[in-house]
Amino acid sequence: QKVQEDLNKQLLDNLVSFFSRSHSEFQEKTTEWTCRMKFKEIPTAALVLGVNVTDHDLTFRSLSDFLQNNITPYIAFLEAKDCPGIKNLMQKLMGQLMNCYIDVDSLEDEDYVQVSQNRIRCSMSSLVKWYESVTKQTNSETPSKKRTFSSTHWQSPPVVVIFKDMESFTTKVLQDFVVISSQHIHELPLVLIFGIATSPMIIHRLLPHSVSSLLCIELFQSLSIKDHLSTIIDKLLLTGQFPFKLGGKVLQVLINIFLYHDFSVQNFIKGFQLSIVEHFYSQPLSVLCCQLVDLQKRVNSLSHDQCENIRRLPSFRRYVEKQESGKQVALLTTDNFLKEETQKLLEDLHVYHENYVLVLRCLYVFTSSLPKYPLGKQIRELHCACLENQVWETEEYESSLQLARMLNKSDLVTMLQQCVEILLSSSRKEFDNTVEKLKKFLTQFQNLEAEAFQEQDVSVSSQKEFQKKTDLYHLQKTLLELKESRRSKKLTKFEMLRFEVVDYIDSLVRKYLVPADHRTLHEILYFNTAAVLRGHLNAAPRTALHTALNNPHWYLKNQALKCDGGSISNKAPDICIVYKLHLECGRLINLVDWLEAFSTVVMAGEEPNAETASSDQMDDIIHARFIRAVSELELLGFIKPSKQKTDHVARLTWGGC
Amino acid sequence: MSRLEGPSGGRRRVLQVKFVPDDEVLKHIADDTGIKVRKDKPQPSINLKRFVKKLENISDDEAQEILQEKNYVATLGICAQDPMGNGTGVSGGEVYSFQTPKRSSKMAELASELAHTPERSVSLDHSKGPDKTAKTPQSSNLFLLLMHVFSLQSKKKEFVSTTPYRLRKRLAAPDSYLESESEYSASCSEEEDEEDQQEVSTVLSGQKTPAKTKAAPTHPPRNSLAKKNKEEKMSNPVEEYFEAHSSSKVLTSDRTLQKLQKRRLNQETLHDLLKKVPLAYAAEIKELNQQHESLFSKWMLQLHLGFNIVLYGLGSKHDLLEKFRTSLLQDSVHLVVNGYFPSITVRSILNSITEEVLDHIGTFRSPLDQLEFITKRFKEDSSLKLYVLIHNLDSQMLRGERSQQILAQLSSLPTVYLIASIDHINAPLMWDQAKLSLYNWLWYETTTFSPYVEETSYENSLLVQQSGSLALSSLTHVLRSLTPNARGIFRLLAQYQLEKKDNASYPGLSFQDFYQQCREAFLVNSDLTLRAQLTEFRDHKLIRTKRGADGVEYLLIPVDDSTLTSFLENQDEDV
Repeated sequence: QKVQEDLNKQLLDNLVSFFSRSHSEFQEKTTEWTCRMKFKEIPTAALVLGVNVTDHDLTFRSLSDFLQNNITPYIAFLEAKDCPGIKNLMQKLMGQLMNCYIDVDSLEDEDYVQVSQNRIRCSMSSLVKWYESVTKQTNSETPSKKRTFSSTHWQSPPVVVIFKDMESFTTKVLQDFVVISSQHIHELPLVLIFGIATSPMIIHRLLPHSVSSLLCIELFQSLSIKDHLSTIIDKLLLTGQFPFKLGGKVLQVLINIFLYHDFSVQNFIKGFQLSIVEHFYSQPLSVLCCQLVDLQKRVNSLSHDQCENIRRLPSFRRYVEKQESGKQVALLTTDNFLKEETQKLLEDLHVYHENYVLVLRCLYVFTSSLPKYPLGKQIRELHCACLENQVWETEEYESSLQLARMLNKSDLVTMLQQCVEILLSSSRKEFDNTVEKLKKFLTQFQNLEAEAFQEQDVSVSSQKEFQKKTDLYHLQKTLLELKESRRSKKLTKFEMLRFEVVDYIDSLVRKYLVPADHRTLHEILYFNTAAVLRGHLNAAPRTALHTALNNPHWYLKNQALKCDGGSISNKAPDICIVYKLHLECGRLINLVDWLEAFSTVVMAGEEPNAETASSDQMDDIIHARFIRAVSELELLGFIKPSKQKTDHVARLTWGGC
Repeated sequence: MSRLEGPSGGRRRVLQVKFVPDDEVLKHIADDTGIKVRKDKPQPSINLKRFVKKLENISDDEAQEILQEKNYVATLGICAQDPMGNGTGVSGGEVYSFQTPKRSSKMAELASELAHTPERSVSLDHSKGPDKTAKTPQSSNLFLLLMHVFSLQSKKKEFVSTTPYRLRKRLAAPDSYLESESEYSASCSEEEDEEDQQEVSTVLSGQKTPAKTKAAPTHPPRNSLAKKNKEEKMSNPVEEYFEAHSSSKVLTSDRTLQKLQKRRLNQETLHDLLKKVPLAYAAEIKELNQQHESLFSKWMLQLHLGFNIVLYGLGSKHDLLEKFRTSLLQDSVHLVVNGYFPSITVRSILNSITEEVLDHIGTFRSPLDQLEFITKRFKEDSSLKLYVLIHNLDSQMLRGERSQQILAQLSSLPTVYLIASIDHINAPLMWDQAKLSLYNWLWYETTTFSPYVEETSYENSLLVQQSGSLALSSLTHVLRSLTPNARGIFRLLAQYQLEKKDNASYPGLSFQDFYQQCREAFLVNSDLTLRAQLTEFRDHKLIRTKRGADGVEYLLIPVDDSTLTSFLENQDEDV
């Protein structure tokens, strides 16, 4: 569990650093640009952040932190849900600014702040007054007391107001606020920041021209969310730092949720966290999912039961079957031998992963520049493909190799150089050979270049010779010959080399990009139950309800409920019968008819000899059951009482789905 | 209209003609349809021969025959084009298509003319449903179909007299085939016979006797199956939607529960009765529950890791959550919120947190302030842990946007652990992206199939049975404690409302009129006394006032008519 905590922390750090990096450029701009504040216009920054609303929180937090540290202590952070009216907005604004103030110089002035907070009427003028007094104080105090922030802050630091979700503010409030604050811009250096999720057009839609002309808007575009995702994947999955890994299907599910549902990096991370939790919770052997350093210790402390667990892993069984019989017996009977073997295998797995990542990057270098991207534009797609199955057996891989065989030389050379760099970046010795080989290729290419250059010279000179001759027929003939020979000769040399390179890459891929499922003991490090994850993150409550109602057998494993599709079984639970009957109806349902239909269905199942004597009582019971079922359906939202006609209910769903 | 243009040419023809009904002929036919149809039916072949001979002079009898044959042809033509033998389905569809408003009104008119009983106006829309009533509407549909076919015929014969001949030739061969293949039309004609008999003897009264309803069940399954087929055919849900909502007027049978001679059950008897019924599949349900219970420790872990848990699936999750609470939360601070309780509000939830968990005495100006206070307290004191269990997070009272926002913010606190259940099919629509991320849900499917006993017991909306007696007793109770004058005032209002009960758009009695009436009855002497009296009523929720568009105050007793009637009767007895 500890490992996981570390992971989470790292994750957040990554994110924050990433965000602040992506925003630092804005901040620099902002500072410059607030300097040239215009007369009567409020400088405004519009941040276009994209639709992943949930991630904005982090962004803004890092932004305000940054501003706080570097530019101004006066930051107010407004959210639409807190500000239904202009009054609330002002209150909130005042409160936040005052609190800011307390934070900055908490040593004194408590009473002063108290006074101002007690003031019920929060108006702009009071704000201005407050601001003046504060700046005066700081101005007078800064020389005497060296504050940490004073060096970076100016004489009159601007007051920054951040509107977190501009779209959800009511128009009126925004307009009023802008107009009011533009009146006071002389006394109060105000800077607004709008967070925008859709498009910058929204400003003009929300604010009429007369208002928006009071603003001096500059637009900033944040990085696209996809880039965020790739960075995160890069940092989390394609490193050897963390022992925990995601299986192909799980990753696919997470990425799908991201791309098709919410575009939220936060949710992606949530999914990642959940898969970690799930892995550690459900896999008893996840103790071994740790850094290499601890591995020795943990393997040695394995109990007998845990050893049995290892023996039960399917991948381990496959491994055992491949061994010769003596070793098989040893593996299956002696715990100590098993432990040694396990440790070796796990170490292998770690090594495998590191190699995998490196080769994956190399392959990505090749495939990412191919036309039409047969293996995907992003490295994550490539990664998924490689995890899923043996990548070299897929058609896409075939076609991408075909395309790679047609690359021109300069591209090939740069790619090879990139590969060499990537491989050199790792500290492992295993790739020394490979690097050598690649370098050899490079020199060969260079040689080839030189040769080709010479040859060209030759051919050019020979052509000049031809020009002297005037015999047209001869000229043609020799030219043809020349062409043929040149093509066959020169192209073979280059092509051969190119083939060699591609084949070599291919062999690398085959050697290192074996899907993780094929490795022994992969269950320990790789989390692969995608269904669970999907169930928890992307649940389908409607489907569950419909299945339960249409096909109770799915849940209640009773033979009597095996339904034959379509017809109404009288043995089903009451609510299922009522539900099925209601499916047959139109918009309005007559309760009497419904009840009668219900009792027919129910009675059909009961023995007919229950004669009139008990039938009255029977009727009552059926009636009661019907009432219960109907009110349950109402609770579930399938029907609602209708006033259109007496004793009718309206149906709220349609179709047989 | 476009919907009606199916693949079959025959059908289209029928439809085209429908717009030129020959009223005279129709009426003529209408008078003797009942008997004729029955007579003609047994010997179609003879009819055919006769028909060939008398092509020029078509008597009413012939017209009737043609009509019937045409009826076959209509289904037949579709049969022929549909080699799958799915004629039943398509003919159903054809019948169904009559529902467009323009014609359906005419249909209803014609049908009622034919049947003379109000029940006849039942649309087939309804016939799809409850098996019991299937019989009646279908036959009336058949009538409608007949009428249309006949109108086609009547038009045709004006210019092409050979058409019937051709049609008959087509008809002659596959007649037997039709009988077996097209169950629908076959059964229809059988039923038609029955129907006719019934009609001649005018057996049908407004209410079906139980004996008859018990006789029915042999037919319906087949019919409903045929309808099913049809439904599958038009599987496009969008179309089905518009199908269901296209006609502004929805026709269903007029039967009401009151006519059903059965006493209304009240809450207690309902409970007693239900207790007698053994829970079906108890063993399986228990097994399901045990499966869910095995997840408890996992829930606990995940709650502590900052996720919140939401349970969905059919069946009451009340017991499950309760078990979770008793087994795991016994020693920790927890709050159970019964969302299904009709008077629960977010404020009361927040109040119970501030007052009972945080021991804070005092009030807050708004829930937002309160929430802020709670947030601050929880952030200050990280040892403070609170488990919140909410049954039915999607209930009426809690599903509002603001309450969800507040709950979401509450649940996003790291030391507040929320576990909730939802039941409504559209419950996930409550949450937008922002709220979802605040809630940080993990979804768990917990289908229990156990009855919603607690959850539904507070719903008095289910018009069937419950509230009636309760409302009545409370009415009498309150009224008894009032002065005779006040009782008189209420009576006046009630009587007036009953007089106007047929007027659907009755807004209520305007205050001025009411005052006038009260004065005339010597019940009040001034505007003010009446107002004081009304305030008292309003406090007891006996009346409701609302302002009309013209600013006039209208008074209304929010009780259904039947209860009001019985109330007045009771009062009369008392007096």
